[in-house]
Amino acid sequence: MKEMLQIVLAAALVENVVLSQFLGLCPFLGVSKKVKTAASMGAAVILVITVSSAVTSLIYQYILAANGLEFLETIVFILVIAALVQLVEMFLKKSSPALYQALGVYLPLITTNCAVLGVALTNVQENYNVLYSILNGFGTAVGFTVAIVIMAGIREKIEGCDVPKAFQGTPIVLITAGLMAMAFIGFSGLF
Amino acid sequence: MKGCTERIYNGLIKENPTFVLMLGMCPTMAVTSSAVNALGMGLTTTVVLVMSNFVISAMRKMIPDKVRIPSYIVIVATLVTIVQLLLKAYIPSLDSALGIYIPLIVVNCIILGRAESYASKNPPLLSAFDGLGMGLGFTLGLTSIGIFRELLGSGTLFGTIQVIPEDFTISLFVMAPGAFFVLAFLIAAQNAYRNHKAAKAAAAGEVPAYSTAANGGELACGGNCASCFGAVCAENRGKLTESAGKAAVNSVKTADQPAKQTAAANSAELKGGTKA
Repeated sequence: MKEMLQIVLAAALVENVVLSQFLGLCPFLGVSKKVKTAASMGAAVILVITVSSAVTSLIYQYILAANGLEFLETIVFILVIAALVQLVEMFLKKSSPALYQALGVYLPLITTNCAVLGVALTNVQENYNVLYSILNGFGTAVGFTVAIVIMAGIREKIEGCDVPKAFQGTPIVLITAGLMAMAFIGFSGLF
Repeated sequence: MKGCTERIYNGLIKENPTFVLMLGMCPTMAVTSSAVNALGMGLTTTVVLVMSNFVISAMRKMIPDKVRIPSYIVIVATLVTIVQLLLKAYIPSLDSALGIYIPLIVVNCIILGRAESYASKNPPLLSAFDGLGMGLGFTLGLTSIGIFRELLGSGTLFGTIQVIPEDFTISLFVMAPGAFFVLAFLIAAQNAYRNHKAAKAAAAGEVPAYSTAANGGELACGGNCASCFGAVCAENRGKLTESAGKAAVNSVKTADQPAKQTAAANSAELKGGTKA
């Protein structure tokens, strides 16, 4: 139990997917203007990454590794993720239109999010079993959500600030992200 | 042959993926903590880019339009796997240093961007040279950022010569926050240059170009939709249509100026395409 908690916390805070591994930067910079949209994006990412780590881990263990086809992991994972996002979208549209309304726009954007493929590959690299892969995926996605929501909160405040002209837009966001990354380094003493 | 050298110049300088187009930012920040890693990543991406552009261009008439993106992804993923296996076999140290960032080349937007915007419309040889130019431009961008961060962060050049004594280095620069800061200052410098140019153009009475700091400069992708096909975000798209609307109004007001610009751009494109 302790080990499971450790995997989730390490993935969410110590090895934060955006701030220490630089994965999923595009949505992090693009969709972090308002807390509300950032939170919806975060929810969509949690859903997709958790499901995709479960599926890719199952496929890796019972199809690829079982047949000695480990070298196909990149090709198989990217196709599975692309198909999976479509499936999740269709499923949500049918089963819960309210949630689909909230997340709809963000789902297709997640396919090209390198964090999803990154988590699937990390799970393989770390030799996690299916349960640990799901936990790692969930933790990573929670870390992404925490980072993007904090960032959106700070950006709402930055709107009213007098930023030097050259630093308006992306540069000030990157500086903020850098400061957040410094704060997140503090978590590395957690374990 | 002239077209080929033009492609290389285009990728290295005119449309440098790191400094001008701002594509592939994830690997740019992740692997530039040392110049050697940055160079290795750049060259690996270059190899994949040359091969993917060549293969996709050679197959461009066979691939149905509707399934082109998935087909491109499969081709790119295959090539990345080949390159990864070669690296594992012959340069294992680089493979372990770059880790998951090698398979992640598949989702690097430079590769799909070039496939979509260049290789799918041009003959194989030119496309291969386009890939070479873009790849070398990416390598140049990564390596210069890598040299900068390594010099400030650990005081060495390519991990060999100690330029700054160890007591005086700022180790923050080789850690994650350093990547964000360096990139922030890089983009700010670029914005300052663009603002300066836009101010100059405005003083001369010209309409600012589509994606300057005046209208779309705050977009993370620089407003270059053709090369990321809208993957950056939905929010940006709204802003782009807004500024495109503005640009349209502007172009109605001063019809001849932008028309001249687009005509020049079109002829430049044609030049690249026909002189195979």
